[in-house]
Amino acid sequence: MGLSISLIATQFGISTSDLHRYLNEALSRGGDYADLYFEYIESTSLALDESIVKSATQGVTLGVGVRVLSGERTGYAYSDDLSPDRILKAARTAACIAAGPASIVQTPLDAISAPNLYPVPHPAAESSLAERVALIVEADHIARAEDARVFQVQASFADSIRHILIATSDGRLAHDRQPMARLNVMALARAADGRIEHGYQGGGGRVGLDHFTSNHLVSKFAKEAVRQALVQLDAVEAPAGEMTVVLGPGWPGILLHEAVGHGLEADFNRKEVSAFSGRIGQQVASPLCTVVDNGAMAARRGSLNVDDEGVPSQENVLIENGVLRGYLHDRLSSRLLRNTPTGNGRRENYQHIPLPRMTNTYMLAGDSDPSEILRSVKKGLYCATFGGGQVDITSGNFVFSATESYLIEDGRLTSPVRGASLIGNGPEALKYVSMVGNDLQLDEGVGICGKEGQSVPVGVGIPTLKIDRITVGGNA
Amino acid sequence: MSPQNFHEEIAARLIQLASTHGASAAEATVAAGDEFEAQVRLGQVETLKEAGSQAAGIRLLFGQRVGSAYTSDLSEAGLARMVASAAGLAQISTEDPHAGLPDPSSLGAVRGDLQLFSPSIDAFDPARRIELAREAEQSALSFDPRIDNSEGGSFSSSTAWRAFSNSIGFLSSYRSSYCGLSAVPVATSEGRRERDYWSSSARAIDGLESPDFIGRTAAQRALRRLGARKASTQKVPVVFEPRVARSLLGHLFSAISGDSVYRKSSYLAGLLGQQVAGSNITIIDDATLPGLVGTAPFDDEGVPSRRTVVFENGRLASYLLNSYTARKLGLQTTGSAARGVTGNAGVGHGNFFLQPGENSPESIISSVKNGLYVTELLGSGVNIVNGDYSRGAAGLWIENGQLAWPVHEITIAGNLRRIFEQVEAIGNDLEFRGSVACPTILIGEMTVSGQ
Repeated sequence: MGLSISLIATQFGISTSDLHRYLNEALSRGGDYADLYFEYIESTSLALDESIVKSATQGVTLGVGVRVLSGERTGYAYSDDLSPDRILKAARTAACIAAGPASIVQTPLDAISAPNLYPVPHPAAESSLAERVALIVEADHIARAEDARVFQVQASFADSIRHILIATSDGRLAHDRQPMARLNVMALARAADGRIEHGYQGGGGRVGLDHFTSNHLVSKFAKEAVRQALVQLDAVEAPAGEMTVVLGPGWPGILLHEAVGHGLEADFNRKEVSAFSGRIGQQVASPLCTVVDNGAMAARRGSLNVDDEGVPSQENVLIENGVLRGYLHDRLSSRLLRNTPTGNGRRENYQHIPLPRMTNTYMLAGDSDPSEILRSVKKGLYCATFGGGQVDITSGNFVFSATESYLIEDGRLTSPVRGASLIGNGPEALKYVSMVGNDLQLDEGVGICGKEGQSVPVGVGIPTLKIDRITVGGNA
Repeated sequence: MSPQNFHEEIAARLIQLASTHGASAAEATVAAGDEFEAQVRLGQVETLKEAGSQAAGIRLLFGQRVGSAYTSDLSEAGLARMVASAAGLAQISTEDPHAGLPDPSSLGAVRGDLQLFSPSIDAFDPARRIELAREAEQSALSFDPRIDNSEGGSFSSSTAWRAFSNSIGFLSSYRSSYCGLSAVPVATSEGRRERDYWSSSARAIDGLESPDFIGRTAAQRALRRLGARKASTQKVPVVFEPRVARSLLGHLFSAISGDSVYRKSSYLAGLLGQQVAGSNITIIDDATLPGLVGTAPFDDEGVPSRRTVVFENGRLASYLLNSYTARKLGLQTTGSAARGVTGNAGVGHGNFFLQPGENSPESIISSVKNGLYVTELLGSGVNIVNGDYSRGAAGLWIENGQLAWPVHEITIAGNLRRIFEQVEAIGNDLEFRGSVACPTILIGEMTVSGQ
């Protein structure tokens, strides 16, 4: 992957010697590391509401961020103008974090190579607008035809291509083309008694339009959104208190994201403010649990050829048979904690400093048959779909909110119940996992993770999971 | 109107370009800003960030079809590409009978000085900015030996321009400034850590709370969480301190925003004029209050800001509407249009607050025999369609009118409609610490789920 095939380098006439000059300027007052992050994003979003394509928007953003590290200190500046004098000015601003003469000699830039996890020969961004509009129009038709109680449908399709170019003072040169596409369908249904409920399904990834057409995802998402809305029309109040909970496979893996994932991001552990700080080697989950974060999966929403610091992504084992094995690192934390980078340095865009972040986080499959797991529960709650979640890193308390759940009575699903949050404590909750299904699924590709004001796309997954004890926040 | 500054020039140029493309109507927004941030941790500067950026957006109408685009490239070529892109998009959208601009007679801006911009921020010495962050953190660290770690102290500031123009004669801009100071200490006891924060924000440097106060307050908050345990599952009265009470108002805003109302995806749709909360509930949106974060001279469609009573003694008196949702509902815009730099406007709020009551927060707490005082909420378990509410919580348990012991890892559940029907006391402690503000409130009964 030489510089000559980077879209940013060719389009904006950036040469290797330019990159050296900017990095030298960044290190002109000392500091022990500097990097440049160029970014060019083209995005399109189309939205349908009341069977009308009401909104169609396209945009382009472009910029460069310059970072200087000096010990634990970070200097950062960015510019949305790629003219050399503006980049040099940003480099001088970032350099202010260090105070002294230049001490680092720039290592010659060497392009790193990584396999392409998402070649996507025909990204959605290059297909016709009419083809993309057809997806949301079809979603609307299918959802409305599915059931007479559906009275409102919203569908949207959003795609983007992000080009990045990264050059570092220790000689790393990386670039990547990161396509993304997502389809969302929301349906509202009204019962005969006037009660209104909604359902939602969305998905996508680093894929082209063919992902949606060849897998019949338009129909699948539209029908699923309607199904969820209809189920809710009959839902009773959710129970309250500690109980046995079975999580369905796939998106309920948001449990891992909140319960352990954030707490294992190395910035919190470097500062010893995480409930998991200093616990490597300790039992933090049941021996049935092995949890990984894997940015190197093909075409997934959370996947990256290289992270936003130019480090190739990889599979990282976080918890192995219940024992805490490792943290998720960016360059700063890996340097300070003397670890190898794990490919988890990510940022929302060029205006932000990279942080250790998750990619695709999931639990490996176990041995149990999902139906056997259900049969083993006399009384409890089965959660099939979730909304969002949140965690307090320091205390370890986390919540995630079920949007489709059912009572389990004598090993069988009975009444659907209304939405309720589940709450637990990170280093404790997974100790109560007593059965792990053989049916690992990843989510459809809808995850957005927020941290310190920065949003990044992520994936999650779990097999069917039985947790013997967790607090359910119903209103019954 | 002739442009008064660079940002207005760009906005006006975009309207010209729209006209040469044959658009029947157009709206242009230009935003530009500078930001600064200093983070200090354990006394050392950890992060310094400084930068500026700009962006422009256009929304074009060709009859009833709409297309939008944005760019960060404000060169003539960049602007031309953006307008062409929006024109192309309009061709694939569907005719929307309600698409349009506000009625020309509704356009305008609030006159007078709204105190949105203070030169004190740009003039403030960078070394002093770092010093404030350091002092805030130090004040927390030295407050008590159990404060043994910190996520740091932080000072941030920004200044911004926003210009808006449309093809029916509106062209105006305003400048704003913002600064914030915070501390995030960590307290440790018996091997368990707790973190909390305190922050202050203002449009001028002298509006900030002192670093000493911020650090001490953050430290006290972290310390009182130490030793937290779960409560047992029960239905009890729940007191929300102002910092978390305002999130209830945030959910209510979503439910009265025109977009949710016309789609009927709100439990308050179709209930205009009806009693939907206790008669002690009066909620106001006011984007004209000088110096506050939610204040602006005009909304993102060029309609003047105003004061709108949303709930009047428990009666749903008004939704918050932009011109589109007003047309959909057969009502008038409330000057509540909000958007980034492009696209169809959504609905936003100005300073959105619950009218304070007579009670001191202490007297509200002391009126509760057995209940929960909530100081933190976690998660997203609120459903605007049916009003269902279930969120993670932490705080202090109230026994015989006293804050008795810290509680965590619990949820509180109810329904927004019932919550606002059951507000039994409202504090006199309304403070604007952001664009949504609420005094201490006591909810008669919610389900606490724990052990």
